[in-house]
Amino acid sequence: MSIKVVERKILEKNDIVAQSNRKAFEEKNIFAINMLSSPGSGKTSLIERMIEFLRNKIRIAVIEGDLQTKLDAERIEKYGVPVTQIITNGACHLDAILVKEAFLKLCDYDFDILIIENVGNLVCPAGFDLGENIKVIILSTTEGDDKPLKYPLAFLKSSALVINKIDLLPYINSSIEVIKNNALSINPRLKIFETSCTENIGVENLCEWILNIKSENKVQN
Amino acid sequence: MHELSIAQEIIEISEQYLPQENTVPVKSVKLKIGKLSNVCVDSLQFCFKLLTENSSLRNAELIVQIIPVRIKCSQCNKEVELEENIICCPDCGSYDVSIINGLELYIDELELDDEMELNK
Repeated sequence: MSIKVVERKILEKNDIVAQSNRKAFEEKNIFAINMLSSPGSGKTSLIERMIEFLRNKIRIAVIEGDLQTKLDAERIEKYGVPVTQIITNGACHLDAILVKEAFLKLCDYDFDILIIENVGNLVCPAGFDLGENIKVIILSTTEGDDKPLKYPLAFLKSSALVINKIDLLPYINSSIEVIKNNALSINPRLKIFETSCTENIGVENLCEWILNIKSENKVQN
Repeated sequence: MHELSIAQEIIEISEQYLPQENTVPVKSVKLKIGKLSNVCVDSLQFCFKLLTENSSLRNAELIVQIIPVRIKCSQCNKEVELEENIICCPDCGSYDVSIINGLELYIDELELDDEMELNK
């Protein structure tokens, strides 16, 4: 005997919670950004630079996702913005349920932008909707210019690509043009930014773009 | 290893479809997985086996149908199946395309082994 289930979405439970997160963000007029990248691409440094640029213009809160430590949340705490850490204990991605629980911990604060730093991984986080308005993918120049072709889903689902560590370009065999072309061949709608967090280059362009799409209230999921 | 989370969801959803006090083992669970959906089928099989050891799904086989990537080009209006992951129209070269298939992650069917009784 066979039981027809007929195209029942396997990640349905996650998607339902993601929708309720999205509704909760919308009700409080919060613009949520899901930051994806491989480990060591500079996500936390980028968030630090973004906070420095944005904090006098708009209120920010951060959810940090990590496998084991609170190190990233401790770094963000120093900037005086509300932050909560999700420790996944080995799980390779954040899901909507974890984000819902973390968001509840931030409910005593008023803020306009929620930055969610996902677990460093270019594969798994791409499959799980968290209820965010946009995904931003960070790729550092040291990772190689072929990464968009190797991890297409993450690039396909993102609204913007940040090419980070551009200050290292003179020392490595990587081309910005190749990264851009490869990324755009997966997703021609990607908005691309070039940044260096150590030399504080390009972060303001990313932040201005975020402020702009937030003010236009574009939900780009 | 998000395959572990996916395997857990497959089991949870499958169990919702089984009759209460089920004594018939599940023979197979049929899935549709898009080529772009980032699922490693070998890992999924491994996780599914591991998680079903003591359940009515313990002998169930995961049968996976991989769905190829299919796009519709906004420039030339053609629908084409892609060989590679470059999301571009192979006919006119336009990147202005929408993805029709390739992102699926679905359960389609459960097959019960009517001739067998589950040893509890």
